[in-house]
Amino acid sequence: MSQAQFDALIDADERIEPDDWMPDDYRKTLVRQIAQHAHSEIIGMQPEGEWIARAPSLHRKAILTAKVQDEAGHGMYLYGAAESLGVDRAELLDRLHNKTQKYSSIFNYATPEWADVGAIGWLVDGAAIANQVPLCRCSYGPYGRAMVRICKEESFHQRQGYQIMLTLSEGTPEQKAMAQRALDRWWWPSIMMFGPPDTESPNTARSMAWGIKRYTNDELRQQFVAATVPQVELLGLTVPDPDLVWNEERGQYDFSEPDWAEFATMVKGEGEIPNLRISTRRNAHTEGEWVREAAVAYAEKQQQRERVA
Amino acid sequence: MPADLLTHVLRQADRILVLSHRLAEWLTHAPELEEDMALANISLDLLGQARHLYTYAGELEGLGHDEDYFAYFRDAADFRNPLIVEQPNGDFAVTMVRQVLHDHAALLYWESMCSSTDQTLAALAARAVNETRFHLRHSTGWLIRLGDGTDESHRRAQAGLDTMWPFAGELLGADDEDDLRAAGLIGPRFDGGWRAAVGATVVEATLTMPPEPPTRSGGLEGDHSEHLAPMLEVMQDLARAHPGATW
Ligand SMILES: [Fe+2]
Ligand SMILES: [Fe+2]
Repeated sequence: MSQAQFDALIDADERIEPDDWMPDDYRKTLVRQIAQHAHSEIIGMQPEGEWIARAPSLHRKAILTAKVQDEAGHGMYLYGAAESLGVDRAELLDRLHNKTQKYSSIFNYATPEWADVGAIGWLVDGAAIANQVPLCRCSYGPYGRAMVRICKEESFHQRQGYQIMLTLSEGTPEQKAMAQRALDRWWWPSIMMFGPPDTESPNTARSMAWGIKRYTNDELRQQFVAATVPQVELLGLTVPDPDLVWNEERGQYDFSEPDWAEFATMVKGEGEIPNLRISTRRNAHTEGEWVREAAVAYAEKQQQRERVA
Repeated sequence: MPADLLTHVLRQADRILVLSHRLAEWLTHAPELEEDMALANISLDLLGQARHLYTYAGELEGLGHDEDYFAYFRDAADFRNPLIVEQPNGDFAVTMVRQVLHDHAALLYWESMCSSTDQTLAALAARAVNETRFHLRHSTGWLIRLGDGTDESHRRAQAGLDTMWPFAGELLGADDEDDLRAAGLIGPRFDGGWRAAVGATVVEATLTMPPEPPTRSGGLEGDHSEHLAPMLEVMQDLARAHPGATW
């Protein structure tokens, strides 16, 4: 295969498969994007995982455990998709642990209250869905197919999050106030999950030409706001943006500019929470090393025994 | 005083809930992603079993208590779980040893409960047997790999066995349940079957069975180690801060 064949597949909106020829930059862009996505799935287990032990009912405990387990599975599918491009999981984990690759900065926010679990499912998984549904049509086959499986589970995550917020909003005054505080904490970080404005997103055009990306950051952000504002109204809560208003002429919401300076700080991944996220991951990996070694040693012994037998 | 069926059911439910909670503590700390998933899976199965048992306990008790009452609004002294499940997780070997000791007992227990004269428990047992077989495959598979893996994993697996073994006796059930047994509500004792099954796993894992019989007990009567109360404090804190709330 050659550049011409690659271009033809892209133009015809067909899938590129692992054995197909692809430009180096296409491969690099995908590895970076898929790895960052995989890292986000497994780091994302932490803020909610902290609440499994404290979940206020057995029903919620079960649902939250299932959700965090799903996120581990998402990480595995995605590391698998990245491996099809010729890198291995251990290497990518090393890069996460030594901070040379990033994860979504949304997981650098704290989750001090139970309602944060609701807000994360509803808003963060919701924004992730808006980002990820178009990725199901990504030109790279293994990534697109992994995203189809993931998106199915993400919609359950979003529903359970909204359900938590709904129950809190209809609950005691303390519960409703807790829900509003969580919305206040997670609204802007969720809005910023779509990335910087189009005018400052240099890679968007190329990723769109390659069929990796299907909509611009600002387009996705608009869709998200349009879908979420009516849900906030149903909850009887208030969006923490006094300038949010329906613009009849544009058929869209107008809203304030997020605090991109804060976003830049969060992306840097410095401070107490990012350090905790990485050290938790790194410790799990280091402390598990003897277990992984034992599994390898045992498998080798078994092979030897079979050869002798 | 002989135990009634409610006490028996709470002993099982508490054992299973506390173990489920301990396993969930591994999430995001497991040695590899596959284990995060496997341990979460087992924790979830156990949580499902515990919820059914608590709901049934509420029916037996007849005071209108639901599953969350039993989990969130009883103090440590009201819990009737065996001490082994409340012990801290330790390293992966300690946790896997506990699972092996527990899962062998749980399988024999649920098998014996399939023919309980209590329809609810017999139906629950039929489902739990299948789940427990899968849990046992997971735990014995790991203990054998650890015991027969590297020098370090062997040493840790043996240390795990030595740590957990003293607590294993309570997994065989309580001494005050003979009336329930005579009535066919619970099955016959399975001490011999359990010793043989555990012994076989220990041998395959190239480990050495501790010479002394298990000594620690009290959990089934509500006399707990120092580890249960702090665990419950974490688990119950939020629910107790909002009594009567719906989640
Ligand atoms: Fe996910
Ligand atoms: Fe999710």
